[in-house]
Amino acid sequence: MAAVRTSGEVALNRVAIAAVIVITLVFLAPIYWIASTAFKPRNLATTIPPTVLFQPEVSPWVKLFTKRSQLRTQPTPEEYEAAPWWERIVFDGGEKVVRDGRGNVQWSAYPDRFMNSLIVAITSTVLAVGMGTFTAYGFSRFKMKGEADLLFFILSTRMLPPVVVAIPMFLMYRMVGLNDTHWGLIILYTAFNLSFSVWLMKGFIDEIPKEYEEAALVDGYTRMQAFFKVVLPEAATGIAATAVFCFITAWNEYAFALIMTNRRAQTAPPFIPSQVGSGLPDWTVIAAGTVLFLLPVAIFTFLLRNHLLRGMSFGAIRK
Amino acid sequence: MTQIELRGVQKFFGTVQVIKDLNLKIEDNEFIVLLGQSGCGKTTTLRGIAGLETIDEGDILIDGQPVQHLKCSDRDIAMVFQSFSLYPHMTVYENIAFPLRATRMSRTEVDKAVREIAQVLRITDLLGRKPSALSGGDMQRVAIGRALVRRPKAMLMDEPIGALDAKLREDMRGEIKRLHVKQGSTTIYVTHDQIEAMSLADRIVIMHEGVLQQVGSPEDVYKYPSNLFVAQFVGSPVMNVAKASVSEAGGEARVTVDGAAEGFAFPRELLGKLNGKAAVGDLKLGIRPEGVLVRHEAADGFLPVEAHIIEPLGSHDIVDLRIGGEMLRARTKAGYVDKAGDRVFARLDPSHAHFFDASGQSLGVRL
Repeated sequence: MAAVRTSGEVALNRVAIAAVIVITLVFLAPIYWIASTAFKPRNLATTIPPTVLFQPEVSPWVKLFTKRSQLRTQPTPEEYEAAPWWERIVFDGGEKVVRDGRGNVQWSAYPDRFMNSLIVAITSTVLAVGMGTFTAYGFSRFKMKGEADLLFFILSTRMLPPVVVAIPMFLMYRMVGLNDTHWGLIILYTAFNLSFSVWLMKGFIDEIPKEYEEAALVDGYTRMQAFFKVVLPEAATGIAATAVFCFITAWNEYAFALIMTNRRAQTAPPFIPSQVGSGLPDWTVIAAGTVLFLLPVAIFTFLLRNHLLRGMSFGAIRK
Repeated sequence: MTQIELRGVQKFFGTVQVIKDLNLKIEDNEFIVLLGQSGCGKTTTLRGIAGLETIDEGDILIDGQPVQHLKCSDRDIAMVFQSFSLYPHMTVYENIAFPLRATRMSRTEVDKAVREIAQVLRITDLLGRKPSALSGGDMQRVAIGRALVRRPKAMLMDEPIGALDAKLREDMRGEIKRLHVKQGSTTIYVTHDQIEAMSLADRIVIMHEGVLQQVGSPEDVYKYPSNLFVAQFVGSPVMNVAKASVSEAGGEARVTVDGAAEGFAFPRELLGKLNGKAAVGDLKLGIRPEGVLVRHEAADGFLPVEAHIIEPLGSHDIVDLRIGGEMLRARTKAGYVDKAGDRVFARLDPSHAHFFDASGQSLGVRL
């Protein structure tokens, strides 16, 4: 039988729904703004008041991926006709796509920077979560002298704002040849995330009853096997949550990436604003780069959504 | 053939000694129950045998071989935990197959063994389910199946039915007994429930504060408790214990409960058996409620007493009788004593009487 609700409850429910809608709109507004700018013609990107309705176009995306230069002379009608659709868009904007001596299109630096971001964020996340999980397991399951102090020490590495040590780090990195390398950033980001990963994973592993491992030990497995076969699947939720946080931190990091890299290993965050360039900035291209930059985190979180929802381990232990 | 022997086992947690010089020999196929209150060291003993706890001194021998330095995976022992500890991410089938996979058995052999044990435990139709979809009783069956499937040398059970409700506990007791008879493996079972211990054990090992109090058959520990702790821990309702004195009157022994005007008549041989065993005034009398006989009319050997509280339990009543300064509980037929305050006549059955010295040790007097 359906529960009978009073008119007061119905009104309260409606207010709650309205509040959720308002909050959602407030949160989604910046995302809509940046996403819509990525499809706007350049002249509508900075109008006041902002243009809401417009004919979307892909020119910002073409410009994002191609290297361009100003047109000195207009292309001939034959050249214009022979050009592929995306090159015509560039012509229409008063620019031309840069080609090498053999006529190959020169891509912009964005795909490389994007790939650098992926390499650095994924590798540092795997390392931070992997090492964090092992360390957390050790702290969770074994008694050791000075355990509380060690845990506090690990946490204390997080207390100093990382950017404070940027200059000494830069000098040290230059000395050992780690500046502008993928490994340089990977080591840095792993170090930033490790304390967080250890603390978060310890909380999750503490919640996994140790009887599971004990059952596996008695069932004939070594502790390492018990860890991989029993603890790790049970810790999947925690690993997923920790990985999402570590990935977001590494993916979004700006200050160190700006200081430690300039070309080879530069990631997307310092690159995108550098495209503001000389003269009037093309905000539509920057918006396109930003939208693309948002996607991996959204996809990663979406893929791990099931693990992020707790509940997998409930019901198998009688309390 | 699996014999387990504990020799001088000691275990400390920090400065607290939880097992004190434990010596115990468990025979092949025997069902041993470690019984005691929480914190008495029974679970630590079991975990020590399993290899989940290291012992600080002494030896644990399985079939004559010391195993205290072996990892638990090398001891070939199975264990059922109170929490069942079924792996939540695996199905029932995978849970049962898990110990076999550690032995690198072929898939076909694993499948055969899992289905065999599932049949014995009547859980074949549950094999595809996850533990979270099982009832408490089924979880326990799966946990037992996982323990039995690789035919271990010995089976350890740590309060395996403690988490179930009363009705299910009763059913599962029968099931565990049936399995033990059918599978026949040396079993050590830990519980704090004396009814479980009495109904399952070949021998009961009673522990208190890390010290072994008594080892014996359920009948032995019930009828001949070695000390006051065992006397009061085993049996429900608990044994009456009262300060008492023994004297001679009219050619027979008289046992007078502290503060009572008159003593109960006991055979004269009691005097001889007690002689020199306990200082006067230090004696404690123990008698189970069924040894306190009650009737309405006065009769030879019966003393007038007052019923204080009546607890009706359906099949029988427990009646508290005020005798001197002590309260003795008697077991009577249901409704035999009408109401609190009634005057009835009571006698102590000498064959049910136990005598303990001041330290609580039994004086071994049997009448």
